[in-house]
Parts: sequence; structure tokens; C-alpha cells
Amino acid sequence: MVREKRVQAGSSIAEPAATVALTPSWQDELYDLLRQHGVTEFAYVPDAGHRVLIDRSLADPGAHSVALTTEEEGVALLAGADLGGARGVLLMQSSGVGNCINMLSLVKGGRFPFLTLVSMRGDFGEGNPWQFPMGQAVQPVLEAMGVICLRVERREEVLPTVAAALTMVFQSGYAVAVLLTQKLIGAKQF
Amino acid sequence: MEPRSVAASEAPPFLLDRRQAVPALIGRHEDFLIVTGLAGTAKDIAALTEDGSHAYTMAGAMGGAAAMGLGLALAQPKRRVLVVTGDGELLMNVGTLATIAILNPPNLSILCVDNGHYGETGNQKSHTALGVQLDRMAAGAGIGVIRTVNTEADIAEAAQTLRAHNATAFVLLRVKDGPPASFRRNMSAAACRERFRGALLGRGSSGRPPHG
Repeated sequence: MVREKRVQAGSSIAEPAATVALTPSWQDELYDLLRQHGVTEFAYVPDAGHRVLIDRSLADPGAHSVALTTEEEGVALLAGADLGGARGVLLMQSSGVGNCINMLSLVKGGRFPFLTLVSMRGDFGEGNPWQFPMGQAVQPVLEAMGVICLRVERREEVLPTVAAALTMVFQSGYAVAVLLTQKLIGAKQF
Repeated sequence: MEPRSVAASEAPPFLLDRRQAVPALIGRHEDFLIVTGLAGTAKDIAALTEDGSHAYTMAGAMGGAAAMGLGLALAQPKRRVLVVTGDGELLMNVGTLATIAILNPPNLSILCVDNGHYGETGNQKSHTALGVQLDRMAAGAGIGVIRTVNTEADIAEAAQTLRAHNATAFVLLRVKDGPPASFRRNMSAAACRERFRGALLGRGSSGRPPHG
């Protein structure tokens, strides 16, 4: 699960990562957008879908890059950051959503602002059957805990959707998950 | 048959009363921003601070206290942050010790009040009563400054450790089974968030703005 290489949906196994590297990086634009909105705390369990954001946060002296041992730590960490007046984001794979559920009691009961970007597995074109149970449950379980889900399927939707989420979270004080679907980030090839 | 590790038979007994030892270790509580776990440690700190606005005491979200304290410490590098958690609460996410150790924020201290029991749920023995040593787990995670308090003689040095400013500190306070201090505290997570932020960050920053 750590740092797995993905290729874009629809591309063949014969033309792997090089194709991806040539396309302009929406991930870099996304990092800049988060920083422009005052996000300084980047918490994550590594996932290929968040590689650029993680690497950018590690290289950014103005940000804290926090490697977690389990995703629920990130929920509590971001609540603590909010107590101290800082803004953060939790970067996780869909499997990590399941590790967060009870800790979201803190977000819902405490009305903490909460932003997470979820790279989806068990979704469009998934080739690993182990990813389906949690992948398919992401949206219903997040919504059951009061987290609004915004799905992104196309590259041009990424920045407007995350900008909308930033407003919903840090201006209105709600909990929002942006689901980066496998149509957007590609299915891992097996 | 009750499970028991070799270490359990070697460990010193749980002697101290938390109602005296916790206040003695913390001293002037106003010097800290405090995050607690649920149950016993929340009551310890609510009583010590009289449910003060510089303390965020939980009554759920078990396993989150240390990570929450880390987030607060990173956001407030000029303030001393103290996490007060129990053995059961810390064991639920003991990996957070690793998350904290690799960042090693110098303004963060963790005080684990270890009574070897799940006091809120029928007083079942916890793993630490059966030999698990959380100070050794903290050392294994890489936390550099660790003190273990077994008797009154250990308190003074450990109290200084909680206030040191060069690295994350971990203090394991081993106490006998017994009730925490009693204090009626505000149990609303949202009200306590607004209270904490209002006191720390000032007016206008204390909560979710009115809707519409």
C-alpha cells in the first residue's frame, strides 16, 4: 500500500509512469491551493495518490509534515491543530477511512473543522478484490459520521472542488472529504 | 487463565495515589496547555484546573489524546503542551508514540497516569498490570526523555522533566488502583473547543460562525 505506482486509467501496462510525468501536475497546483488557504499541517499515511502532496510538504519549511501510524491519529491531530489556531488536512487512502470512524466523534461532537483528501481504491477499474469492501463503504460511513463527501472524477474539477471544500471547512466550520476517484487518479495495475 | 508476562513479576508495585501525585507532578497548571484522555485523567485535570479553559478534557474518542496534543504543540510552538492520558487510552493508539518521536516537538510532554486498570468499565486489569511497560514502549519509539515515577522520591525530577524545553518528554506515573479526583466538568466537546480557542486565540476566533 505504501508508495505504489499508479498509471492513468485507460493507459496500457506497456506505457507506464513516464506518461504520467509528462502531464502538468494538478497535484502541485493542489498543494499550492492548500497553502494559499493557510493550510500548514499535512498529516498522512503514505499512499501513491498523495505522493506529490506528501513530498511537497516534506520540502516546505512553512509546513508540518506528519507521518502517522494510523489515520485516526490524523483526525485527533487536526483537532489539536485547530485548538491552536492552525489549519490542516488529512491525506489518506480509502482503506484508512475505516480506521477513523470513532475518532470522528471528536469532529462531530466538538464541531471541529475537518478536511480530508481521500485517494480511492476499490472503485473504478480496481483489480484488487481486497480493496472493494472499504472502498465501497467510504461515502456511507463518512456521511454517517457527519462528513460531507465531494467526489472528483475529472482533472479540471480538482481545484474548484478543493477550493469549495476549503470554504466549507475553514469558513463554515464543517467536515468535508474530497474523494479523489480512480477515474481521476487511475487504477493501480496488477 | 490470566495472561502474564515475565516482566509483571519484576515490576515494582503500584503505590502512589493519583489525587496527590498528579497535582504534585504538574505544579502550576496554568503554565501548560493541556489535553487529556477520557475518564480518569479528564477528571484529574478538571479538578486540578477547576475545568479551566486551558484544558481540553475528553469523554470519548479514546486513543486520540496524544495525537491531539501533538497537533496543538505543532500549532503553538511557543506554548508548553501537556498531554495527560491513561494506560488504556495510550495503549489504544500506542503507535502515536512513534508519530510523536520522529517529530520530537520540544514543547510537548506526555504524562501517562498508569493505574493498571480500566477504571471506568468495571476495573478490569489493563495490559500494564500484566507486565506491559509503557515507558519502555516510549523508549522503543524513540522518545528521548523518559522518567518513571514509582514513589514520592521520583516526583521532583519528573516534574522538572515535564517542563524541560529541549525535547519531547514522557513521564510514566504508576499509581495504585483508586478513584480520580472528583469535579463536575463541562462535557460538551463543542463548548469546550470554543472555550479553549477563545481563551488562547482571542475573541472572534472561538468557533463556528453563525449559519446563513
